[in-house]
Amino acid sequence: MDSLQEVPSEQAGLPDPFNDISCGGWEISDEPRGQMSLWAVSLQGKVWFREDIHHLNPEGSSWVEVQVPGEVVQISCGAGDLVWAVLWEGQLLVREGIGRDCPKGSSWVVVESPSPEVGAIHVAVGVNVVWAVTKDHKVWFRRGINSHNPCGSGWIGMVGEMVMINVGLSDQVWGIGAEDRAIYMRQGVTANELSGKAWKALPSLRDSDRAHSSASASSLPSAGCFFSGEVRVQSRGSVIGDIDAGQEASCEAAPLLHGQADAPKPLIPKVTSDSFISELVSDRDRREGAVSTPIPEEDQGSEQDDKAPPALVLSHSPSCGPDPQWSNVDLEEAQTHLAVGAASDAAETSSLSSVATYNLGLEEPYGPDEHPLWAWVSGGGCAVDSHSQLSWFNSSAGMCSSMQSMSLSVSPAQTAAWRKQIFEQLSERSKREMDNFRHYEQAIEQTVWVKKGTMQWWRDWKPHKWVDVRFALEQYCGTDGSKEGILFIYYTFNEEKKYLHAFINEVTILVPVLSDSKHTFAIYTPERTKQRWPIRLAASTEHEMFDWLALLTMSCCDSRGVQGPPSKQAIWSVTCKGDIFVSEPSPSLEASPYPMSCDQMFWHQIGGHLRTIECNSLGVVWGIGCDHTAWVYSGGYGGGFFQGLASSTDNIYTQTDVKSVYIYENQRWNPVTGYTNRGLPTDRYMWSDASGLQECTKANTKPPSPHWTWVSDWTIDYNVSGGTDREGWQYAADFPASYHGSKTLKDFVRRRRWARKCKITTTGPWQEVPPIPLCDVTILPCMAQSKVEQVLLWAISNKGDVLCRLGVTPETPAGTSWLHVGTDQPFKSISIGGAHQVWAIARDGSAFYRGSVSQQNPAGDCWYHIPSPPRQKLKQVSVGRTSVYAVDDNGNLWYRHGLTPSYPQGTTWEHISNNVRKVSVGPLDQVWIIADKVQGSHSLSCGTVCHRLGVQPMEPKGQSWDYGIGGGWDHITVRGNSLEAPRISMAMLSDRPVPASSTPHSPLPLRNPEGMNGNVVQS
Amino acid sequence: MQQAMADDKDVLRDVWFGRIPTCFTLYQDEITEREAEPFYLLLPRVSYLPLVTDKVRKHFQKVMKPDDVGEMWFEYEGTPLKWHYPIGLLFDLYASNTTLPWSIFVHFKNFPQQDLLHCPSNSVIEAHFMSSIKEADALKHKGAVVNEMQKKDHKQLWMGLQNDKFDQFWAMNRKLMEYPTEEGGFRYIPFRIYQVTSNRPFIQKLFRPVASDGCPHTLGDLLKEVFPAAIPQNDGQKKYQVMIHGIEPMLETPIQWLSEHLSYPDNFLHISIIPAPSD
Repeated sequence: MDSLQEVPSEQAGLPDPFNDISCGGWEISDEPRGQMSLWAVSLQGKVWFREDIHHLNPEGSSWVEVQVPGEVVQISCGAGDLVWAVLWEGQLLVREGIGRDCPKGSSWVVVESPSPEVGAIHVAVGVNVVWAVTKDHKVWFRRGINSHNPCGSGWIGMVGEMVMINVGLSDQVWGIGAEDRAIYMRQGVTANELSGKAWKALPSLRDSDRAHSSASASSLPSAGCFFSGEVRVQSRGSVIGDIDAGQEASCEAAPLLHGQADAPKPLIPKVTSDSFISELVSDRDRREGAVSTPIPEEDQGSEQDDKAPPALVLSHSPSCGPDPQWSNVDLEEAQTHLAVGAASDAAETSSLSSVATYNLGLEEPYGPDEHPLWAWVSGGGCAVDSHSQLSWFNSSAGMCSSMQSMSLSVSPAQTAAWRKQIFEQLSERSKREMDNFRHYEQAIEQTVWVKKGTMQWWRDWKPHKWVDVRFALEQYCGTDGSKEGILFIYYTFNEEKKYLHAFINEVTILVPVLSDSKHTFAIYTPERTKQRWPIRLAASTEHEMFDWLALLTMSCCDSRGVQGPPSKQAIWSVTCKGDIFVSEPSPSLEASPYPMSCDQMFWHQIGGHLRTIECNSLGVVWGIGCDHTAWVYSGGYGGGFFQGLASSTDNIYTQTDVKSVYIYENQRWNPVTGYTNRGLPTDRYMWSDASGLQECTKANTKPPSPHWTWVSDWTIDYNVSGGTDREGWQYAADFPASYHGSKTLKDFVRRRRWARKCKITTTGPWQEVPPIPLCDVTILPCMAQSKVEQVLLWAISNKGDVLCRLGVTPETPAGTSWLHVGTDQPFKSISIGGAHQVWAIARDGSAFYRGSVSQQNPAGDCWYHIPSPPRQKLKQVSVGRTSVYAVDDNGNLWYRHGLTPSYPQGTTWEHISNNVRKVSVGPLDQVWIIADKVQGSHSLSCGTVCHRLGVQPMEPKGQSWDYGIGGGWDHITVRGNSLEAPRISMAMLSDRPVPASSTPHSPLPLRNPEGMNGNVVQS
Repeated sequence: MQQAMADDKDVLRDVWFGRIPTCFTLYQDEITEREAEPFYLLLPRVSYLPLVTDKVRKHFQKVMKPDDVGEMWFEYEGTPLKWHYPIGLLFDLYASNTTLPWSIFVHFKNFPQQDLLHCPSNSVIEAHFMSSIKEADALKHKGAVVNEMQKKDHKQLWMGLQNDKFDQFWAMNRKLMEYPTEEGGFRYIPFRIYQVTSNRPFIQKLFRPVASDGCPHTLGDLLKEVFPAAIPQNDGQKKYQVMIHGIEPMLETPIQWLSEHLSYPDNFLHISIIPAPSD
């Protein structure tokens, strides 16, 4: 159908032949479909742009020179707005200003080579990525590339040495190894992790492996030649592949290509490096999954043997039908990349471009047992789904024809065809062998299974101490097939054998309590939660503890019917140790007037280590580590100590976190020597914890658990509340007292804080969102059914900058880029409500309201200052559908009064509660907090999850607290839970009129506020 | 992102809970006091016949004199069924593509010494099962994993199989399925290839999951080396079916994946190669 046509260079006024060519641009922002960009580099290092290429005029109209600030050797143009080039001197050029109206862009920006000593030699760009190779073969990934910033922000050195790199569709990366000249594919490249994980060598595909290879290596050399005067066979820069008549006759394309006169139709240039031009030509929508996708053209390379004459490599289309032939030439020098293959025609693309090697002067391109030495790879036509396994590259040499046909016609959906087939066949098998025979008796009757062990138990009565116990879990199948289980703790009391038991279906949570001395965990039931007194057990080894925890968790999840990843409605919480727990809310949790008691909630652990989690009901979940790294939830479950069946196979990644351990150096003043480390006999330890009760010296202080390792030495911490002097000391009249940063005459003691960093490495369903460290994040809460194109997500960077994340959707929860929102002081907390109302807390403790935030204007327009409650510094804010709550430094919880649609800033702060550490207001305006102190019947707990009762549309402040899991909890988010309880008509329960249930569920329509109370401080 | 796609672990479940509907009929030569009704049972594919046929014995004993009850053995279409083969393997090998239920004759006399091993008690099955696991682990990890397990861990594997406890079994078996990530698989794949027409009981060879160039071996690679005839020839005609657990995995399936997911509880991949039905 199509064939190649020479694009006459003379007419276009080209002064010299081309050296490199690259096309793309079919996804330029807002571009009408059908246009594309073609960039070329001439031998003199000039850059040319082909004007007016679109599907009616695929050959374009004329070459326009684009001025460059140096001599360009290579250029790469992505599908979107990215165009990068390499200068002869080794710097890189980035084209700026590319857009729909200006596909050529407006100006060049020079980016220095990643390595100061070694210049860049090659660059490859995709939609959102830029990869470069320097002359020492090192590979570099450009950080921070997005449509707003084509230059990116910095280079990241990658492992591996390559001679060239190519970026294909969906930003998949291909390369040729410097050492072995094998083709590598970057594994693990996903939208969230564009830099991928590792290089994987593809098994060499020799032409003898290919059934359809239409030319053998021993064919007489002909040449396809491409724009190069140095290649001896072809002359002028012609794009025509000339096929020798000595080839196998099966290749019917040859005559067609022999002379252009034979070509019956207007011809279309076939050029690719990182593009898939044929789709453009055929004017098909490449986003429709049905489009067949060609495999990348792997061009066989010349041997890099110095003694060998230069080898010419020609690739051509395999189907030998009317496909155009295309050619590829590579000379020995790696940096003069001459030519690039072309994609085969879209109508024929289901077949793979096969590979044939022509050799000038060499009988055999490589010995029979050597693998081929590749010189060039192009993945431009290869759409690789980021999750698919590329099993089609695994076909080994000489496999039978059925294998080949499989590996030759491949689409992303088929890449794991074998797996799909197994799933399907197993399901068919079950139907065939079991469906009609369910009335048959089972051969094996179900019985009880018991797992036993020995442990230590923290005795429930005084004097409390660890006692040796036998521990057993009995599991059995209920009559309805459900799984049941009972825990037994067998102990001896007064030489009498006794036991304590708990039903698995009553266990609400299992909490690992790692310490350096004992491997303990706590088991809670609703009753034990009320008592604030869990069953505390210690296993003899850490391994044993995790074994039990994994088993018990699985058993609990089974009995509760909890399996797989958390739902989008899930409630997430984090303990002060950074462990992550999740609970599936039932609709009755927010029922009114009789909600489910929150000590009944079942929590189970998810791998990973975080300080904060935020989510919404569309399943977008972000976390922040103690080291301020941002993480996005990957959709998996398990990780950490969960293995095997309790953990998903995919979506589990390595996660690290760093936090500081603090100890205090205490000193007392005496008249002779001044401050010394000799205290009074009644004084606290001279090296202690914050309370002074525990001795903590530099030497004896260990990391929090065996999972943590020290990564720094002890340093003085000057960043302590109350301030310090220049040596880090804080002064006070006596221990314990309030400390201040400068010595007065009344001060007889002083202390200073030492910090040491430690690091944990674990696994969990979390992927890093580089590069900006965050201290807070908030995600637009919405109702479960809502369809939102873009999920608004705001964050505060570690430095206090306010950021708005672009491109966040349920499918791409990591988003694409940060938009900076100006403030005149650093911020520390932020929250966005159901009607796009954004509230934030500045570091000075005052509140701000952001005006005019909407789906169309995600960053809003200006900040309105909201005075904080009298004499209080706010520290955290949470905004639900309409309610706004804030917590101050002294643990007071405040409700913002007087919010109306026309006046969204409200009028006053109303005190709700004290002893509050954090608040989370959800999309139903439900209010949950972490309370500092909660008294139980047996004990007091600090850091307890509490739920506000009596919250109703007309009574958003609620009435009282219900106490849930704790202590030791540090964070909760209920912002995913939009499950409303089935509404009970209030009239049935009381004589009070029904609160208008028609109004309260629509979000407040917020208009641009007139500045009344709030002061516009910045616009 | 939270898709409900089938997980690889569902394969383990499907494999474990595979059942073959079976009709046990007393062989006509057996002497009974009254007529013996056939007995219908769902047999676990992954188990062994003597382990799941207590009910069958009890059913037929009711109509027989104690003196006439010898060691029970089973026969399908003239072939005595080896108890030390997993049930799923016996079915795939001899009775694939037949109508269900699987019709088996029950014998209590004329034990075919030359074809079958005696099975006086379950402890014999346990010993056979554990020795298979050890052999498999010797291939996979030089025996390191199974030797590191304690007696009770071995018991857990066996009890898991005997009592049809998937969780109990897999809580332990997963350790046998681990391997160093950098190696990409086990040392060797424990597999056995069976065919009806062969004199050899089965074929077993050393076969690595990963080729020397680092790419994973597939089922096709294995067959090419061990039983090339099973690979469809260029003429496209399929002479053989390659069956594991009643399904025909594609030849592209990585052998390591198969070993991890489609091995029987004894940790071997039991592959049946049977003539393709000529319809």
